[in-house]
Amino acid sequence: MQQIINFLIRSKNFLLFAFLFFISLVFTIQSHSYHKSKFINSANFLSGGVYESLSNIQGYFHLKTYNQQLLDENARLRENESVLRTLVNQKDSLAIYTNAESLFKYIPAKVLKNSYSKTDNIITLKAGRRDSIAPEMGVITSQGIVGFIEKTSTKYSTVLSILNTNFKTNAKLRSSEHYGTLEWNGQNPNVMTVIDMQEQAPVKIGDTIETSGQSAIFPKGIPIGTIENLELDNSKNFYTLSVRLFNDMTSLGHVYVIKNNDLEEINALEENNTNEE
Amino acid sequence: MKNSVLVNSVRFICLILAQVLIFNNIDFMGYINPYPYMLFILVFPFNANRSLYLFIAFLTGLTMDMFDNSGGIHAAACLVIAYFRPIALRLTFGVSYEYNAIKLPNVSFYERLVYISSLVFVHHLVLFSLEVFNISNIIYILKKTLFTGIFTSILCLMFNILFSSRRE
Repeated sequence: MQQIINFLIRSKNFLLFAFLFFISLVFTIQSHSYHKSKFINSANFLSGGVYESLSNIQGYFHLKTYNQQLLDENARLRENESVLRTLVNQKDSLAIYTNAESLFKYIPAKVLKNSYSKTDNIITLKAGRRDSIAPEMGVITSQGIVGFIEKTSTKYSTVLSILNTNFKTNAKLRSSEHYGTLEWNGQNPNVMTVIDMQEQAPVKIGDTIETSGQSAIFPKGIPIGTIENLELDNSKNFYTLSVRLFNDMTSLGHVYVIKNNDLEEINALEENNTNEE
Repeated sequence: MKNSVLVNSVRFICLILAQVLIFNNIDFMGYINPYPYMLFILVFPFNANRSLYLFIAFLTGLTMDMFDNSGGIHAAACLVIAYFRPIALRLTFGVSYEYNAIKLPNVSFYERLVYISSLVFVHHLVLFSLEVFNISNIIYILKKTLFTGIFTSILCLMFNILFSSRRE
């Protein structure tokens, strides 16, 4: 007994080291699997506050760019609006747009902290539970997709960026309904890959890739990027596409969080299905 | 003693803030962000209690992880260099070194360079291995360690020389 206690006292530094190292490894492993909840994240009072004051200062330097982006977006929305108006005003068409409640709600949010140089990037937003933001909501800009909400606190939330090796979503060709899985290999912040695209799909370099609307996180038709390079895999059944993103992920100012009003219903339905199987 | 606590607390806050507000946003060549906050662990008093030192290094890393959303990679890397610092000290300042006799401001430039860069590279190797967490990307890890390590070493050396008051 005496020897055991002596041993413990002698190697107490090593034991402390091993114990703390184990804790940090647990945190690290948790951060590499998306479904585990994280203890240490930047959606808290201290780091959120520091990033907020930094972003308040930086915001002034980007005002010109943000204004330009807003102008571009307004112009495009006006264009769409006029198209819709003519559709609604045609007497012989079905009134599908007049009584349908909007399925998706867009919540604007400011980016406090963006990261893109690591392999698992997380973005911090100044909008949290009190702005009715919840995990698993999609995040986009006017140019394309950004990621989805991972953790929320009262005032802040963190986004699992598309530049994260844990990120996966369905993506399809704009010209047809063929779809594949969009993911990131952890290196170039401007290029992502789409895997498992059917070999029959009519893919060409320069085609546009957009969201498929299958996941209930992103609505259908949000632009992602253009095909830069394509190759068939070894079995010659699937294409692997490199996609150049429309969105400049290295410069994000304001984003929209997408709230799907039917999400609960869809989730409940899918859960029922899996229970019955 | 009280003075030392105050000096180290101020140093801690300044380095963490500088890291978070300035150095995390550099993104030189797209992916190189230096980590000079680790200077805090390098210049922590050599005669401090070993267990306390390990714990403080762990907390420093955890603070960085909180700002960086990176799980526990900084905590692990800081802990490793805190644990292996005596070995680096012995290698740099010779077998006959005594903890209390060495004052970092008084050592030669060459010794300072070896001491700082050796621990910087160990820190970065652990950090990036845990960040990438994929052994098949070993070349990428080594490349990132090398380039970032050079950048961090230069910054740490500069800060160390600028802010150390030389007492003859």
